[in-house]
Amino acid sequence: MKKLAYALAGLASIVFATNAMAMETLGQVKDRGHVQCGVSQGLPGFSNADDSGNWTGLDVDLCRAVAAAVFGDSEKVEFSPLSAKQRFTALSSGEIDILSRNTTWTMTRDTQLGLNFAGVNYYDGQGMMVPKSLGATSGLELDGANICTNTGTTTELNITDYFRANNMSFNLVAFEKADEVVSAYDAGRCDVYTTDRSGLAAQRGKLTNPDDHVVLPEVISKEPLGPVVRQGDDNWFNIVRWSLNATINAEELGVDSGNVDQMRNDDNPSLKRLLGTEGNFGEEIGISNDWAYNIIKQVGNYGESYEKHVGENTPLKLARGVNKLWKDGGILYAAPIR
Amino acid sequence: MASEKSIFLSVLNDTRSRSLIIQFLLLAGIVLGFSWIVENTITNLAAQNKSVGFGFLSQTAGFNIQTTLGTWMFDYEVGRSTYLDVYYIGIVNTFVVAFFGVLAATVIGFAFGIMRLSHNFVIRSFATVYVEVLRNIPLLLQMFFWYFAVLSALPDKRGKIEIIPDIIGINITGLYIPSAHPQDGFMATVIALIVAAVLTFFINRWARLRQQATGQIFPAFWVGAGLLVGLPLIVFLVTGRPLTWVIPEFLETGPILRRGYQDGGILVIPEMMAIWLALSLYTAAFIAEIVRAGIQAVNKGQTEASSALGLRRGPILRLVIIPQAMRIIIPPLTSQYLNLTKNSSLAVAIAYPELVSIFAGTALNQVGKEIEMIFMMMSVYLTFSIATAMFMNWFNARAKLVER
Amino acid sequence: MAQSQSQAQSQAQSQAQSGKSAYKGYVRTKDARVLAAPPSEAGLSGWLYHNIFESMSNFSSPAAAIGSLLMAVFTVLIAWFGISITWSLVDFAFISAVWSDPDGLKREACWTVDQGGQLPSGWHGACWPFVAAKMKFVMYGAYDNDQLWRVNVTGIIGIIALGWTMIETLPYRRLAGIFLLTAYPVLATFLLTGGNFDISYEDLVTVIVVGLALITAGRLSDRGFLGAFLAQISALFGVSGWLLIAYAVVAGLLGADAGLRHIPTNDWGGLLVTLVVAVTGIVAALPLGIVLALGRRSQMPIARILSTIFIEFWRGVPLITVLFMASVMLPLFLPEGVNFDNLLRALVGVMLFSAAYMAEVVRGGLQAIDSGQFEGADAVGLSYWQSMRLIILPQALTHVIPGIVNTFIGLFKDTTLVSIIGLFDLLGAMQAAINDVAWASPVQAHTGYLFIAALFFVFCFGMSRYSIYTENKLSRDRKH
Repeated sequence: MKKLAYALAGLASIVFATNAMAMETLGQVKDRGHVQCGVSQGLPGFSNADDSGNWTGLDVDLCRAVAAAVFGDSEKVEFSPLSAKQRFTALSSGEIDILSRNTTWTMTRDTQLGLNFAGVNYYDGQGMMVPKSLGATSGLELDGANICTNTGTTTELNITDYFRANNMSFNLVAFEKADEVVSAYDAGRCDVYTTDRSGLAAQRGKLTNPDDHVVLPEVISKEPLGPVVRQGDDNWFNIVRWSLNATINAEELGVDSGNVDQMRNDDNPSLKRLLGTEGNFGEEIGISNDWAYNIIKQVGNYGESYEKHVGENTPLKLARGVNKLWKDGGILYAAPIR
Repeated sequence: MASEKSIFLSVLNDTRSRSLIIQFLLLAGIVLGFSWIVENTITNLAAQNKSVGFGFLSQTAGFNIQTTLGTWMFDYEVGRSTYLDVYYIGIVNTFVVAFFGVLAATVIGFAFGIMRLSHNFVIRSFATVYVEVLRNIPLLLQMFFWYFAVLSALPDKRGKIEIIPDIIGINITGLYIPSAHPQDGFMATVIALIVAAVLTFFINRWARLRQQATGQIFPAFWVGAGLLVGLPLIVFLVTGRPLTWVIPEFLETGPILRRGYQDGGILVIPEMMAIWLALSLYTAAFIAEIVRAGIQAVNKGQTEASSALGLRRGPILRLVIIPQAMRIIIPPLTSQYLNLTKNSSLAVAIAYPELVSIFAGTALNQVGKEIEMIFMMMSVYLTFSIATAMFMNWFNARAKLVER
Repeated sequence: MAQSQSQAQSQAQSQAQSGKSAYKGYVRTKDARVLAAPPSEAGLSGWLYHNIFESMSNFSSPAAAIGSLLMAVFTVLIAWFGISITWSLVDFAFISAVWSDPDGLKREACWTVDQGGQLPSGWHGACWPFVAAKMKFVMYGAYDNDQLWRVNVTGIIGIIALGWTMIETLPYRRLAGIFLLTAYPVLATFLLTGGNFDISYEDLVTVIVVGLALITAGRLSDRGFLGAFLAQISALFGVSGWLLIAYAVVAGLLGADAGLRHIPTNDWGGLLVTLVVAVTGIVAALPLGIVLALGRRSQMPIARILSTIFIEFWRGVPLITVLFMASVMLPLFLPEGVNFDNLLRALVGVMLFSAAYMAEVVRGGLQAIDSGQFEGADAVGLSYWQSMRLIILPQALTHVIPGIVNTFIGLFKDTTLVSIIGLFDLLGAMQAAINDVAWASPVQAHTGYLFIAALFFVFCFGMSRYSIYTENKLSRDRKH
């Protein structure tokens, strides 16, 4: 009879339903055959669908890395585009396994929403863009400005705090989607466009005359963006965290998708541990020992992803800045594999 | 035994008791379904570490809201105003745009409805194209169109188009109108207005009764209008004009960001203008169709009879056709008003701070109380729809009495 | 002519005199002024006169002359306004537009000199190569390129079946309609998703056995074998039995592996999603709407109140809040672990929403039916469900076909709102396409939105013509 009840419940859901909580995430992912990854609805450089609907970007590469670690195949991942509003519900209801959607790591989110941040894959900060014609060189000259931004994130709070702290008046025009913000700013509705600096770089190309606008030097907030998983499944958390760490460590050790095969024969013990020729690091977390090799071979190291999606040769033209490795003067620092 | 069974059967065979049983089962099913949902929700919320409650309403909101009637009425200030204020501001802004939208949509809709029946080919086909194009393109797309059309048509922040020189002006940051600030003694004018309104009501009644009894026509409309305007005006002047106007100031020089219109006066933001345009033009297309159908539904004999009496086209329309058509027009018209109000929720796409946008959008993102906030938002729309439905029932009952 | 007029007048005069002998009226002594011949009704000039100049040619009195002049000014203004809008649209979309991008320049193909492109400064026209490049995404979303035939086949079968149902001269129209409402949705789901659902066939066997048992029980009790009590609800047995069997067949089909790759709904997008949402919304809402409409007109107070509450609730709130609810709150309402995919969640919201509207449309049809039909059905001894199924609903539903089509048009336009909850419908897909920096230019958004608007217009306008056609046909039929 219970079986019948289940069958009837299935009538409504036609088996789109999955049994999310009953099993730990890794087992579920393996059963399903792919990683389900929550991404943004379209942010160039981070997660964006191209002409044929393939997802690309820095956040997308992280999901591919996890898929490569789990399945040895970076293509075994599917993407759920999510709005800012939906993202946490989607994660906690089990609809997605990882949320990799330029999400800022904050204490509230980490402690009160049942989430765990697995690391930081991009250190961002909120910036401001103004037309050159304003002649402004600093955020402190913006008293009385109209400011365009998009709603649903921390940007509204940050800009409000910044202006209040500096005793300046302003008027905030908040849109639901980034596209409308750009168009409104381009039309002259606002004097200032504020969002994460990576976002400013991505959107700038859409302006009528991109060269007429400048990004002010002030960074008014810390925005560590990173992948998020559900609380309560430490093993899955570890897989995601170490997939990210592996890409950063690979860059540090000079391994990239081109030379990974020959590096595999190297005698450097750090390399051996990373590429799975020494030690049992993968099996300890329930995946194969060549997990990191698969990530680097198929997705590349952090530096490669960065240059491919947001670096100087992309329309975004973002310099590495603080996202350089620690040894190059940045703050990107991954715990060692040992 | 057999008799017991037959009693049981007769209960079952009786339509009344059977319908009771069915209803009981139905109710039980619904109650069970609801309790299942509630139970699931409680479990899920517990798993997500969330609590249920309306305590968040007294927290202060940490974000800025664009200047609108709502923020002005509730004196919104970051760091002092609460989420409850945000809720009220959302409601006010929703109904402001709905109110002006309804006004404009009615005027435009009636105009186009009548134009569609014009004998003039140019006018008729223009109205037809208008109705067909606007009805068949999604409102959301039209909103984007109007917003960016409005923005690109206006001069930038440091320029202006003066509608009335030095008093009313417009640029991309909005339409600037002087605001009135009542002084001591303004109450007398308000009282005069109320008195005039009461008088007008009684004059209208008396005039109607007299016309019914004797057939004489009293120009009640003009007398009423004169009374409503004249009496308060006289009192206003006699009490020494206790009203000051704050005219928005326009700075041509100074720091570049400070140039342009300054605070003070009333500001109508371009988002509001765009959404108002989009809502009223879209709804007007539907109203035009309702009006056309309503007029066409009036028996042709009525027009012919009126012509036979020597009435011209204008008076025929005004005195014979429209009063009869109204009975057909008003029910669907009301539901269009309702649609317009509900559609104002699409303003979320273009930064107009109405209920869905600032309360179920910005505030929800900061507080994360989905259940409470969506419930609060829905109850506003529901209350409004139920009020409208009640009005409709009242109107239908009244219209029926008139019918012979 | 003048003579006959005065004759008629004197006749009227004599009649008036005979009725009221004391009355001394006006008697015309001279012939009335001979009026000019009315303008020609035929030919171009006749048409022009009738349709344009007649309304502005009355100069018989000062007031009429002012009216005529105003009308003339108004007409010229309207004509100028209409022509200038049409012209700027034609100029943007056709004359100034960039049509091809032979060198693969992408965004630079639509850049003016100021931005570093080729086009003259101040140029403003559509960038069609952008739409062409994004066409697949806007139509199908991220649906696998080599599997597009599945969408096309689904679409073509749907169009053929729909056309068959709509064209009156064809035979077996009813059969095509039944196919469209029953087998087609299953076929479409199977083709679009690729089947391969994770279905436990042991469970299905149980379901089939239970279903068969219920049907048998229904048959037996129909003949009174299982006692008189059960005979009262034998119909219920039969219906639920058949439902279970139908479920098993559908689920079995969807679980089958026909060699088609499974394509998750996250990859669907564009026109495909718009059509799936709108069509499913209407088809699924129809049965629910009928039940609700019957419930609202029912004699049973509780059924009536519940139906009314349901209908008024969904009609009272904006669709966007329903979609928010479906996307944010539905996961909270379901037991832990059960979750729908994003598209299905939107579908649930849209379905409940449109069911309420559909219920009101159907109720209108029920109210239009003469009470004699109900009484007649009662008189021949039909039960409630029999009379509904055989007498009332067939008539009521035919009456409301235009209403259903109009609801569908509304829903079709409203599907644009699902882009706000993160589905790539037609508008959402276009917005995502507009997001592409590779094509970034000032006219990118204008071109994209113009294309979408034109597409919606063609669809909705076509459907509204069909609705008007049926309406006319119905009112013609009713007159016989």
